[in-house]
Amino acid sequence: MSAMQFGIFTVGDVTPDPTTGRTPTEGERIKAMVTIALKAEEVGLDVFATGEHHNPPFVPSSPTTMLGYIAARTERLILSTATTLITTNDPVKIAEDYAMLQHLSGGRVDLIMGRGNTGPVYPWFGQDIRMGIPLAVENYALLHRLWREDVVDWEGRFRTPLQGFTSTPRPLDGVPPFVWHGSIRSPEIAEQAAYYGDGFFANNIFWPKEHYQRLIALYRQRYAHYGHGTPEQAIVGLGGQVFMRKNSQDAVREFRPYFDNAPVYGHGPSLEDFMEQTPLTVGSPQQVIDRTLTFREHFGDYQRQLFLMDHAGLPLKTVLEQLDILGEEVVPVLRAEFAKDRPDTVPDAPTHAALVAARD
Amino acid sequence: MTALRLVAVSAGLSQPSSTRLLADRLVEATRRHLPPEREVETLVIELRGLAVDIANNLVTGFPSPGLSAAIDAVTGADGLVAVTPIFTASYSGLFKSFFDVIDATALTGTPVVVAATGGTARHSLALEHALRPMFAYLRAIVAPTAVYAASEDWGGGRDVRADGYTEGLAGRIDRAGAELAALMPSAAEQPAAAGTAGTASTDEVVPFEQQLAALRP
Repeated sequence: MSAMQFGIFTVGDVTPDPTTGRTPTEGERIKAMVTIALKAEEVGLDVFATGEHHNPPFVPSSPTTMLGYIAARTERLILSTATTLITTNDPVKIAEDYAMLQHLSGGRVDLIMGRGNTGPVYPWFGQDIRMGIPLAVENYALLHRLWREDVVDWEGRFRTPLQGFTSTPRPLDGVPPFVWHGSIRSPEIAEQAAYYGDGFFANNIFWPKEHYQRLIALYRQRYAHYGHGTPEQAIVGLGGQVFMRKNSQDAVREFRPYFDNAPVYGHGPSLEDFMEQTPLTVGSPQQVIDRTLTFREHFGDYQRQLFLMDHAGLPLKTVLEQLDILGEEVVPVLRAEFAKDRPDTVPDAPTHAALVAARD
Repeated sequence: MTALRLVAVSAGLSQPSSTRLLADRLVEATRRHLPPEREVETLVIELRGLAVDIANNLVTGFPSPGLSAAIDAVTGADGLVAVTPIFTASYSGLFKSFFDVIDATALTGTPVVVAATGGTARHSLALEHALRPMFAYLRAIVAPTAVYAASEDWGGGRDVRADGYTEGLAGRIDRAGAELAALMPSAAEQPAAAGTAGTASTDEVVPFEQQLAALRP
């Protein structure tokens, strides 16, 4: 299996195309997300991860439904989340849903846990946003047990107690899906990932790299503290955001209206400033390769690289062209370059087969 | 011994600006009341030049390098002079936005003198009903004297008025400067450790067992 996994992650936003003013329907966007996932496998990518949201303009409220459908239509692709809301979802339902998906996909599933950043989602699901970190801590502690102990007696602060509860189906081959914990600013979450020996994912988009460097350095150090290996052996995933054309000026010209009007950062800094200050790269495939290779210098050897490719109203046709470029011209070079000088002691990216082998 | 850091924030928009002038005079007055042998680094930050960066930070959630340097200077100050023009009965939007993008704990314990400028003296209480509560929320130490300079004050005398209590602008500046200087770390002390923006160093981490234990029913 590969040392590094490459893939894409999607927010699932329904955003008007600023160049035409047209907004896709929810149905079109959902179908487009599926088409993008299938394309990811076709062009040789390893991972497709979907966000989870419970408010417009986002469609992916039901990740395992979508990922189950994609699982049935793919062979190799690892299906993941970016992120699964560990705060407002019932950990029992996460345990059940993703174990089911794990069986149906033949072990091609893992998850990134996140707290979510939409205030009202907490009260809509009966929770208090001020308890975000404690919810993440307690819910994951329960989920962790549900996947590892056949019969669970449990009592906590936030959920009905459980007596003699068995989460079904049991994880495939008795090995739970791999879990990453995602955070952009909370040392508590880096600590949580380190404690369990789980992966840590930094979305690495929208903000300067220094934000993520601090957290990843902390995670690596605490991973070693808890005896899971050396800091260099901690399991790190990174996001990234790119737009490519053969000629870099064409990439900038085509992407600029999408950038200028994008949710999150649109109507703010110029594209040029944002590229300088954050990991966004708009340019030629070679520029994307060069920039992505710097991630290893900033964060150390890592296991998974996901790119954000389909937001801000980019049309499906354009996104599919981007995936062709990513799969054909960028990722093969990145695989080869990242493999150079990678110490043998750095673990490969996690897969179900590897986790089963490690257990046996 | 490290130099004391005395920083002023001016939200004046015109150039030249009476708000900047007031900031400069407050810095001078504060310096005058600090021990002469004490090394003092002064810096005046004009928010006008950071207006676009501040707006961008509101949109993106992170500061540009220039704004980041200004935030570091303010949050690392041993004494702060904060001066805004009064717009629409309160601090200017630019002034408030600058403090909005600073971490809410970063000014804890920082001595501050608040000051404002306006066309007439009728809005002088904006210092008391807008600026003072804002810095109270930030847990800064606000000097008792807040300085309001209306246009007419720039032509006023320095003498104590007939009531024996109300001073002219120069007197108010001097009093506020003395108060801020007294609140700043003295020559003998190490400068106060101002609050720092959220960083993820290991010593701040609550060990995970402790996080779990805190949740046990």
